[in-house]
Amino acid sequence: MEFFKKRKVNLPTFWETYEASFEVPLPKQLKEVRFVVLDTETTGFDYEKDRILALGCLALKNNTMVANESFERYLDQHFYHADNVEIHGILRTENRAYSSELEVLQQFLAFIQNAVLVAHHAGFDIKMINKALERYGLPKLKNKVLDTAVLYRRTLIRSPLLEKKEHYSLDELADKFDISKKDRHTALGDAYITAIAFIKIVAKLKAKKPITLKKLLSQRMRL
Amino acid sequence: MKNTISERIADFLKDFPPFNELNEIDLGRFSTEVVISYKEKGERVFDLEEAPHPYFYVVHKGAILLHKDSDDSIIDLCDEGDIFGLRPLMANETYKMCATAHEDSILYAIPIAAFKPLTQTYEEVGNFLIESFASNTRNPYSKKHRGTLYGERANSVSGTEPVLFDLQPIRYSKKIVSCNPDASIKSIAATMTKKRVGSMLVMEEKLPVGIITDKDIRNKVATGIFPITATAKDIMTSPVITYPRNMTIAQAQMAMMKSNISHLCLTKDGTANSETVGILSKHDVMLELGNNPAVMIKAIKRARKFKKIKPIRFRIMQLLEGYLEQNIPLTLVSKIISELNDACTKQVMQIALRKMPKAPPVPFAWLAMGSQGRSEQLLHTDQDNALIFTDVPEEQFPETQEYFLQLSKCVTKGLRDISYEYCPAEMMASNPHWCLSLEKWKEQVSSWIGNPGPDEVLLSSIFFDYNIVYGDTALVDALTAHIFNATKKHPIFFLHLAGGALQNPSPTGFFRQFLVEEDGAHKDFFDIKRRALMPMTDAARVLILSHQIKSINNTAQRFEKLAALEPAQEAFFLSCSYAIKALLKFRTKQGLLHNDSGRFIALDKLTKEEKIKLKRTFKTIKELQELLRVRFKVSNLLG
Repeated sequence: MEFFKKRKVNLPTFWETYEASFEVPLPKQLKEVRFVVLDTETTGFDYEKDRILALGCLALKNNTMVANESFERYLDQHFYHADNVEIHGILRTENRAYSSELEVLQQFLAFIQNAVLVAHHAGFDIKMINKALERYGLPKLKNKVLDTAVLYRRTLIRSPLLEKKEHYSLDELADKFDISKKDRHTALGDAYITAIAFIKIVAKLKAKKPITLKKLLSQRMRL
Repeated sequence: MKNTISERIADFLKDFPPFNELNEIDLGRFSTEVVISYKEKGERVFDLEEAPHPYFYVVHKGAILLHKDSDDSIIDLCDEGDIFGLRPLMANETYKMCATAHEDSILYAIPIAAFKPLTQTYEEVGNFLIESFASNTRNPYSKKHRGTLYGERANSVSGTEPVLFDLQPIRYSKKIVSCNPDASIKSIAATMTKKRVGSMLVMEEKLPVGIITDKDIRNKVATGIFPITATAKDIMTSPVITYPRNMTIAQAQMAMMKSNISHLCLTKDGTANSETVGILSKHDVMLELGNNPAVMIKAIKRARKFKKIKPIRFRIMQLLEGYLEQNIPLTLVSKIISELNDACTKQVMQIALRKMPKAPPVPFAWLAMGSQGRSEQLLHTDQDNALIFTDVPEEQFPETQEYFLQLSKCVTKGLRDISYEYCPAEMMASNPHWCLSLEKWKEQVSSWIGNPGPDEVLLSSIFFDYNIVYGDTALVDALTAHIFNATKKHPIFFLHLAGGALQNPSPTGFFRQFLVEEDGAHKDFFDIKRRALMPMTDAARVLILSHQIKSINNTAQRFEKLAALEPAQEAFFLSCSYAIKALLKFRTKQGLLHNDSGRFIALDKLTKEEKIKLKRTFKTIKELQELLRVRFKVSNLLG
């Protein structure tokens, strides 16, 4: 017990501010809920070895986003693989403003607050962020999370003629919903595609049955 | 700090007036303050007399309908890059019209506070917006011929009044097809064919010196008066009759009649001594004058991009609405509308084929299935399609199929761009199961007919209404012949097909009350498709196929043919044909009313008379199902 108390005392103020935002309960009406759609670009898929290279977030409320209310940071990672450059195209030599990981995490927490997080294959992004938090002795994210990959499957009709796939990539969603794939594989660009897909998915689910935040969240998430 | 989203917004805006006038820094600066707003189909952006928003809007994706009020007199349809809702920028007053999302749309809301200073720095921008707002046309730079009044003055001028309509400024083509006086006739004819225009302007240093039309080539060259080696200046009509560019439709018509010409050349000051700014053909005038199927077909055929077909589809819907209001017989209406929709699909095919890196390796046929295959598709519905290609040696199959899948992807995307939604069950040629060689299709169909389970029956009921839209008819005929051979071998298939037709839920309950949906988003609505239309189309299909007739797909026509084939049942089948037409009309009217597929009907919105009409058709449905049951002895199967 003492151990926990001690840790709690040691948490930095920015974490406490973040934690305090959860004292306000989430609104019941879907259109009043603040969502933050996010995407990470990483050096690879290993939670232990790999690191976040870029983080993009976009706030979404009542189907509306403001260009300004977005968050896009490139992280200065000493740890670096060349293998993934082909996917995200982030080269260290590129002339960009880089921030330290801790700095970005701090700004990220201040940006998201108690928003409901949305990501495509969210489990991966959230775990990457949690791993990063862990490295600085911080607890896991406290936010509710929605995964567009899971939600999308729920929109598909149940028909013997349609074979559902196990996984749907963001590219497939973009094609399906006619979202331009410009800026694909940049963190904020992917977050934008995810945000539009999310809006369309919710609209589709709504057309089937009236939907609440609780129902959206009722999907089982493995983090 | 870098912001991919605002860069993306700026990148989009820079191509559209008035934003194209801004320099990169200014554009970048206010782009960060833009709000991206997603509007679902049918959602209001603003209402009549609503307090002004702190924004004006640019359509990024989708389409916004500007209309006067709930009575829906349409003022304009804005699509990609169009601006609307300018009133708050000009005056602090309430909106004088409504804006509703005509389809799912993404809007960029431009904050007026951030944008207003720019209208002062950039004279062009200010002028453009003032001109857009004050003049009748929304976009004075517009090349398109969408022609309706900009609604800001619509309080005093109604956009639909034909008399005033004539006094609108006309929109003309700014893309001038021209040649110099020394060009050869052969090259002129080639260019005119390529660009699909009926006239060519002969210009010397931007000044019009003459005009050559189809008629000149016919009268002066084909008759042998001039050799084909002659040059433009030999055969051109000169001098050119020129007019100023701000003509009204009425003026343009009169000018053409007065001089008995079909093309007007528009110049900067209206004389032949100033720069040419555009050309106005009789076709442009016709297009402005309204929705005429022949003009629309021509416009469809001229479209070189998917996006250009979309506004025409919108007009097709307006035409349909007009026809239904005038009570024109549905047989005729559906023929015209199907014809137009077919033309759109064909044009999409043409455009897609041009986009492909090479020509198709073997002949193929594009099939429409379901309601489009039956020519019963009057409204925007889902796309159901399939592709057959000529048999190729086994080792070439993967490569050939890959080519056609690529093509199909392009076509289905094009069809979606012109607002045919993707099929939720992926019954589309872009799905490898629906893009096969003739041999593989035969195998597929044989397996459906040979072991008919519920899925197979469902699949064949959708597939068997196929109709060729584009390509090689021989392939389709071969498949049809195969189907009849197979059904001869397996007569039991009809029993299953009939069984499937009887599984549709009944439209009325025991007390002859309407049965409505019990849950879901359409709770308490009547599902006209599942409960009334499908039983009839399914029954017609099995009956006509059992007579070995494939060439007729349309349900009403199938019943008419059945009436001819079975004189004993003539009166009954004719009443079926009448019933299906009545139901289709009903659905179409409902769909137009709500801008959807018309499938779900709110019963409390119907008049007593409409309800009686609807119920009368249900009696026919019951009798039809009884006939199926007896004829195919379905009870054996189900019992």
